[in-house]
Amino acid sequence: MLNHEIFEKNIGLMVVGVIFAISFGGLVEIVPLFNLKETTEPVEGLKPYTALELEGRDVYIKEGCVGCHSQMIRPLRAEVERYGHYSVAGESVYDYPFLWGSKRTGPDLARVGQRYSDEWHRAHLINPRDVVPASIMPAYPHLSENLIDSSVTPKKLQALKTLGVPYTEEQIASASSDVQGKTEMDALIAYLQGLGTALTQKR
Amino acid sequence: MSSFWSGWVLVLTLACLALVVFVLFSTWKVQRKDTTEDTVGHEFDGITEYDNPMPMWWIGLFLGTLIFGAVYLVLYPGIWPGKFDGILGWSSTGELKADQEKHARQYQPIFEQYAATSIEELQENPKALAMGKRIFLNNCALCHGSDAGGAFGFPQLTDHDWLWGGSPDEIKMSVLNGRNGQMPAWGPVLGDKGVRDVASYVRSMSGLDVKADQSALDNGKALYATTCAVCHGNEGKGNKMFGAPNLTDDTWLYGNSQTLVEYTIRKGRNGVMPPWNEVLGPEKVHLVSAYVYSLSQEEKAAE
Repeated sequence: MLNHEIFEKNIGLMVVGVIFAISFGGLVEIVPLFNLKETTEPVEGLKPYTALELEGRDVYIKEGCVGCHSQMIRPLRAEVERYGHYSVAGESVYDYPFLWGSKRTGPDLARVGQRYSDEWHRAHLINPRDVVPASIMPAYPHLSENLIDSSVTPKKLQALKTLGVPYTEEQIASASSDVQGKTEMDALIAYLQGLGTALTQKR
Repeated sequence: MSSFWSGWVLVLTLACLALVVFVLFSTWKVQRKDTTEDTVGHEFDGITEYDNPMPMWWIGLFLGTLIFGAVYLVLYPGIWPGKFDGILGWSSTGELKADQEKHARQYQPIFEQYAATSIEELQENPKALAMGKRIFLNNCALCHGSDAGGAFGFPQLTDHDWLWGGSPDEIKMSVLNGRNGQMPAWGPVLGDKGVRDVASYVRSMSGLDVKADQSALDNGKALYATTCAVCHGNEGKGNKMFGAPNLTDDTWLYGNSQTLVEYTIRKGRNGVMPPWNEVLGPEKVHLVSAYVYSLSQEEKAAE
């Protein structure tokens, strides 16, 4: 039984063989999802991020929030009770990339929108200990000082439009003025307050 | 899932399983039966490999994995999505629903019984208050503090000073529908001196030590009467219709220093209590309201 030498001594053939062997999982579990209504169509009421929310999302990415906060409520009773209705795929169709995360050092944020006031978020981001004494979250006071670079905002909307997010020409045209003079704090709070609000059924 | 993609999953899954079985058995069939000193022929850095048969424990594990996979695909959804959901009929949302129903069977009668009991009566029920406290700690403590002591901008709930009223019904309304206490920004209207004088006058109302001369206080009083009195009242006693705080007591939601009072007048404040009806549901709101009500009652009893 020496004919496995054919594979073992031809690296090119080996690569083809490996790709063939591991492609089944992707073909079965990933490829059909690109073509399903549930995963490609937005849930009713889902709106693309406003210019300010989109900038806030980029702050969220920049500050690495996803490293400690997931945005994925699993269909388990304890999670649904604590956070609200479980996450559905149609809520994330305008997310490039999605920020579901896989680590919960802090709580899940998929439905944090409108749960607390803007002022709470501001106080909490400047120093989490001011409102939650036992919190281990880092403080982000610098967000209040950094202004959003409004010159690149229309390009971000334009780029997302090419990916299929239905931004209108007016939205792209007004994107710069929408975020003019806003701080990263304002943007991040706007983003957080919109999270998970497309599904109105919260319990 | 469309028939095409269901079929796609079915065909590929079966093909993959068949391929794995084929590779295992075709290799197993042609291998030698006994151990040997022969090598498979290659040598790397002086290391060679005996041409021994695959160990039985390894083949056993391999077969076990295949059998597990086959049984799993019969019991649970997977192999033919949308057409065959496994003989157990399991789904993640189905399991969630069953868990929620089981939980509701156990606890819903308790919640309903408490919801039908008035908040005053619930004060006599330590179990109900303990449940209310747990709801409070999970949802309300983020702003109001785990001891309900409040924080800068977030009201303390254990004193008897209520922005929106402290009766059981008023507390419950605050939790159910939320509140929004809006103090407009008076800086542009009053100007720098106006803000300073009004702040001095307001601080003097509650007997704080004010560094201002009489003319400044008189000016502040006159401006107060035309701009602030509408919500806070001529006497500064506040008005719970608008959640306008009493300015004559020693409770200061946004600080009582000259700087902070001036800041509040100049920039305004926007205090938001979010509505909890949709998040918690009316029964839990009732329970947590009973707990919040109890916080100021206990202190009253101790006094």
